[in-house]
Amino acid sequence: MAAPVFKNPVIRWIDHRLPMFSYLHHEAYEYPTPKNLNYWWNFGSLAGFMLIIMIVTGLVLAMQYTPHVDYAFNSVERIMRDVNWGWLLRYLHMNGASMFFLVVYIHIFRGLYFGSYKAPRELLWQLGVLIYLLMMATAFMGYVLPWGQMSFWGTTVITNLFSAVPWIGDSIVTLLWGGFSVDNPTLNRLFVLHFLLPFVIVAVVLMHIVALHRFGSNNPLGIDTKGPQDTIPFHPYYTVKDMFGLGIFLIFYAFWVFWAPNALGDPVNYEVANPLSTPEHIVPEWYYLPFYAILRSIPDKLLGVVAMFASILILFVLPWLDRSPVRSGTFRPVFKWFFWLLIFDCVILMFCGKYPPEAYWMPFDFQIVDADTFTDRVAELRGVSPDEAMNAVGEMWGVNAASGSFGIKIVRLGQLGTLYYFAYFLIVLPLLSIFERPRQVPVSISKPVLGGGQSVAHATAKSMEKA
Amino acid sequence: MADTTHGGSASGTRRDFMNLLVNSVAAFGAAAVAWPIISSLNPSQDVLALSSTEVDISQIEVGRAITVKWRGKPVFIRHRTPQEIKAAEDVNLGNLRDPQPDSARVEKPEWLIVVGICTHLGCVPQGQKPSEPRGQFGGWFCPCHGSEYDTSGRIRRGPAPTNLVVPQYTFESDTLVKIG
Ligand code: HEM
Ligand code: FES
Repeated sequence: MAAPVFKNPVIRWIDHRLPMFSYLHHEAYEYPTPKNLNYWWNFGSLAGFMLIIMIVTGLVLAMQYTPHVDYAFNSVERIMRDVNWGWLLRYLHMNGASMFFLVVYIHIFRGLYFGSYKAPRELLWQLGVLIYLLMMATAFMGYVLPWGQMSFWGTTVITNLFSAVPWIGDSIVTLLWGGFSVDNPTLNRLFVLHFLLPFVIVAVVLMHIVALHRFGSNNPLGIDTKGPQDTIPFHPYYTVKDMFGLGIFLIFYAFWVFWAPNALGDPVNYEVANPLSTPEHIVPEWYYLPFYAILRSIPDKLLGVVAMFASILILFVLPWLDRSPVRSGTFRPVFKWFFWLLIFDCVILMFCGKYPPEAYWMPFDFQIVDADTFTDRVAELRGVSPDEAMNAVGEMWGVNAASGSFGIKIVRLGQLGTLYYFAYFLIVLPLLSIFERPRQVPVSISKPVLGGGQSVAHATAKSMEKA
Repeated sequence: MADTTHGGSASGTRRDFMNLLVNSVAAFGAAAVAWPIISSLNPSQDVLALSSTEVDISQIEVGRAITVKWRGKPVFIRHRTPQEIKAAEDVNLGNLRDPQPDSARVEKPEWLIVVGICTHLGCVPQGQKPSEPRGQFGGWFCPCHGSEYDTSGRIRRGPAPTNLVVPQYTFESDTLVKIG
């Protein structure tokens, strides 16, 4: 496409020497975009928006924050009480992390459903996974900074994961800590890294976008664009749509910030860190829960850690596990079911990460009870002694046909969840690539709409509704 | 000067040799720079200097325990009762995940001194105060993922792989112990 002619002479002068305006015009204005994108395609720009919010609020917080074990907690309290608008900045940053993860999770599952990871977008996908890993590291380090009880003990548990590495594990942990326990040197370095990593994320996001613009967006039909009849310019069509989505999203974000700023966090983190006393339950923030459940569902320390990291790293090789030539889940009748089951599975895993592993979930009683209460309950229902009940309950199930009471140990549920998570990637997708018979895919994005392709018109029309 | 690019035998030119030399110097230089950078992350001299603590143990009654801080970590000092000592000594080593006789873990049988950090993922186990749970084996119970330790601080149940660590310590006198 021809280089645009700018009316403003200053811009023309600059652009001639540094063609950034032509570049922007090309990539964010005339950039041809599939015309059938639905609202699931809004979440990428929302993620970019959240990254900016995190950096801006983080910068001003960092100007008020003191990274020292004796002052960190109080400096955050000072931000909350004395700094002008400090409460707002902190709540935006704190809840911003949750919103960022929520948006990115939706963005990832969008890719999983519509096959956006498939050729030729493998590298684009992998850069996305890398961003996600960096985000997890960043948020983990940020959570350390207020130096509350959960900050301290969460850091202790997570850094100790590396002690599972054979032979050199303990030296790695000492190196990470800069001492013999989580202490001032640890807080200092995590603060510095928390400050730095978001800018590394910015760099990877730019690569992500360059890779995206190489082949353009995937779309709900999962077929390639075949020419100008399939695309519309990014501006104004998608800029407007992104702005509209942003408006809706901001209402949601503001709800948390102004009405429930602490709902997503753990109240234990408002107690100052105490290295001599561990809180009763160490629970990570919601966005880490599924991984925490996977970690805990494997009884061996090293294997637990390996499984937890593997659950993310597996996403890097996903493009080669799913060989089905059809991208969009819309045309994959069997895949669909397994996909929704995966979403359900992640919710279950999240739930398992939240509660103590040895507790029992009694779904029909809407209760989670500890092991003793559960055996007592079974003993009472069956009219046996608690010891007998304990044997009857065994490790996993407790069923009482008469009352319909039923319970499952959280850690067992987590194990089932972990099993399905890995099975989805390692067994289900490879087998589906061979055995599934996809429905017929439309010839092009515009064909059915312009009157052609009768047999597929209904499928397309359905997914076009939202576009 | 055209022949400078291929002066020498076919198997290895002077230029190959120069390349090898330059690359090795560069690799060596990079490693020499990386070393102090990484090493600076390890515990500094002042942190290392804090590595011993003296504790007066004369006030600890039989059956009681105290927690002291050593290198930023809690250390449990427990004045064991005769029953606790016997329980620790009578264990069949074959039943242990990390087999170690009690005698290898104490200097004096009455005094058990261990680092109060669960060998699973580093929580502080409960059982120091009489009001806290000690688990089935009378030692400590880790609230994080349920590891249970016996009266010798050995792992008996739960995910932790090894026994509570016994730090270096010496009895300076009957009532004074130096840890570290
Ligand atoms: C990828 C983007 C980022 C994420 C996901 C993130 C996440 C977090 C989280 C979860 C917290 C803990 C909030 C709390 O419980 O109080 C935090 C705190 C903090 N972050 Fe960030 N952050 C990001 C970017 C930044 C940047 C760019 C800076 C500085 C330039 C920064 C500076 C701080 C400071 C000073 C705190 C401590 C104050 C507080 O606790 O509110 N953050 N961050
Ligand atoms: S840290 Fe003690 S059981 Fe996991």
